Amino acid sequence: MTADAHRSGAGPPAPSRTALREGAIFDRRVIAEIQRAANEGIYDIRGFGAKRPVPHFDDLLFLGASVSRYPLEGYRERCDSDVVLGARNAEKPLHLKIPITIAGMSFGALSAPAKEALGRGASAVGTCTTTGDGGMTPEERGHSQLLVYQLLPSRYGMNPDDLRKADAIEIVVGQGAKPGGGGMLLGQKISDRVAEMRDLPKGIDQRSACRHPDWTGPDDMEIKIGELREITDWQKPIFVKIGGSRPYYDTALAVKAGADVVVLDGMQGGTAATQEVFIEHVGIPTLSAIPPAVESLKELGMHRKVQLVVSGGIRSGADVAKALALGADAVSIGVAALIALGDNAPELADEYAQIGSAPGFYDDWHEGRDPAGISTQDDELAARFDPALGGRRLANFLRTMTLETQTLARACGKSHVHNLEPEDLVALTIEAAAMARVPLAGTSWVPGLSD
Amino acid sequence: MAMVESAPAVIEVDLAVTPLRELNAALHRVSGDDRGSWRVLNPRGAHAVAVGVDAPLEIDVEGHVGYYCAGMNKQATVRVHGNAGVGLAENMMSGTVVVEGNASQSAGATGRGGLLVVRGSAAARCGISMKGVDIVVHGSVGHMSAFMAQKGCLVVCGDAGEALGDSIYESHLYVRGSVAGLGADCIEKEMGEHHVAELSDLLERAEAGFEASEFRRYGSARTLYNFDVDNAGAY
Repeated sequence: MTADAHRSGAGPPAPSRTALREGAIFDRRVIAEIQRAANEGIYDIRGFGAKRPVPHFDDLLFLGASVSRYPLEGYRERCDSDVVLGARNAEKPLHLKIPITIAGMSFGALSAPAKEALGRGASAVGTCTTTGDGGMTPEERGHSQLLVYQLLPSRYGMNPDDLRKADAIEIVVGQGAKPGGGGMLLGQKISDRVAEMRDLPKGIDQRSACRHPDWTGPDDMEIKIGELREITDWQKPIFVKIGGSRPYYDTALAVKAGADVVVLDGMQGGTAATQEVFIEHVGIPTLSAIPPAVESLKELGMHRKVQLVVSGGIRSGADVAKALALGADAVSIGVAALIALGDNAPELADEYAQIGSAPGFYDDWHEGRDPAGISTQDDELAARFDPALGGRRLANFLRTMTLETQTLARACGKSHVHNLEPEDLVALTIEAAAMARVPLAGTSWVPGLSD
Repeated sequence: MAMVESAPAVIEVDLAVTPLRELNAALHRVSGDDRGSWRVLNPRGAHAVAVGVDAPLEIDVEGHVGYYCAGMNKQATVRVHGNAGVGLAENMMSGTVVVEGNASQSAGATGRGGLLVVRGSAAARCGISMKGVDIVVHGSVGHMSAFMAQKGCLVVCGDAGEALGDSIYESHLYVRGSVAGLGADCIEKEMGEHHVAELSDLLERAEAGFEASEFRRYGSARTLYNFDVDNAGAY
């Protein structure tokens, strides 16, 4: 029908317009991405973690106490939350008051005040924070009671003095957001200071290698761990961080290589900058990665001797408690920590709008234009961020998560959060039951394990 | 620890009887200005010999070593009278490391300063991710040498293998013999006066009996420093 005929109202009645129908396969986001790729000729790069829905801790429930199990009294009966990391070989293991650590995030990806705030917040509650792909800054060391120093393939800023200043060393083999991928810090975030620390010219894109330059494979890793122990006189715990891909074998190989702690990062784990296709399509969900890792540790007689730290999508005490119940010794947070500092704050809605984003959606951490002053190297933006206030907010969040964890543990009758166990859990979906290896709620069915 | 002090004041450590851990711990206890001499006997391919030293010591290792000898070295002069395994002098910060024989893969990896001399040849990935160290190899180097090399000089008096200087940043590469192939973004560059001076100095310090005029220089074309869709085929 012509527009004129429609407006005149003359003639036969207009056929009713077909309702707009969005494609399930070609939805608006997919169409927009095709259009963007056609315009720009490069894959989408962003920060944050996986955004696609995958089975997660939300798909698990605690059973709580019952006739056969009695709970502990909230606020009156103790429920301890401390954890020791790295006592297997190191003379000075880490003693943490809470089972929640701060994951590795680089100076470069984050501003110096943001790194300082992470140290302040972690120290206030007796836990550790972690450096990242860019070396150790004095601000971070000075404000972190316990600091884990990462050894990454790029070795940016690596030096023996900082190695000895660290409280633990984390060999990064992989990262949940991009198992098999290297780092990426685009030129706009390479300030003079970042460039100097990384021994590179200012303003160029830095693509960190995905493989370590001086070893390949688990046998070499064992020798590398030996070297690091020799350099630090066997004092520091040595962590090995793996991305969630083959957790059963990777955990076994890390233990065999001599790791004191295995850090297991599921696909929901965050990143400062990675290709969207990598974030969303490589690696396995955190929920599915934990049971094989725990199984591996148990088979080797190393469960609770080599600690398992789980990260990737940890947002609350419920997530912490569920990860511990599945066998983790501690968890680590990254994205949630940044949000606690002030990332994606609603007060900044107007400024997010100016850079084409909105609170709750901002993930272009690689661009360095963060109005919150967290994921930037712009001095003016970074100066907006108050590290003391940010540290306080992070400490509040960590305390809240710990209280939530203890609440759930007490409900299950546990006097220590480590006493939580798979038997305390059921799953809401068949997928989650199969991945977490706990029964579907109301049944005794564990898909893949029972009839 | 079974350490023997011989005239004139050379401390000998026999790894056939002394655990490696005791050797390294003793080297770490030395004060920052100690210029003492040490001899390490019977290394027998041990890994991590004389790692993390931070003093101007003279350390002679009498035999072959395994992985990571002189790793993260600061100030010390370490001489290996034999061959060296993977990751020789990895991430060295300063000082001098000399290997009389050959070196395995990743010699001088990520080194940030000092001078590494290999009197024989070095295998693949020599100088990978180097960040300021100077490396002189009297013989040849294997494939992927100077991969992602950021700063410092790699001098190859023999031949270089495939993909030399792949994804190189600002390191200077000098090769006297043939180059089997250049890696992405690595090109031959003009040899200026300051390059001749730089190379001559390194050849002299490394006791390599060659003239700078015999070498050709390679470095970064800098076309991959910032992503350009028209260069996508090079990645």
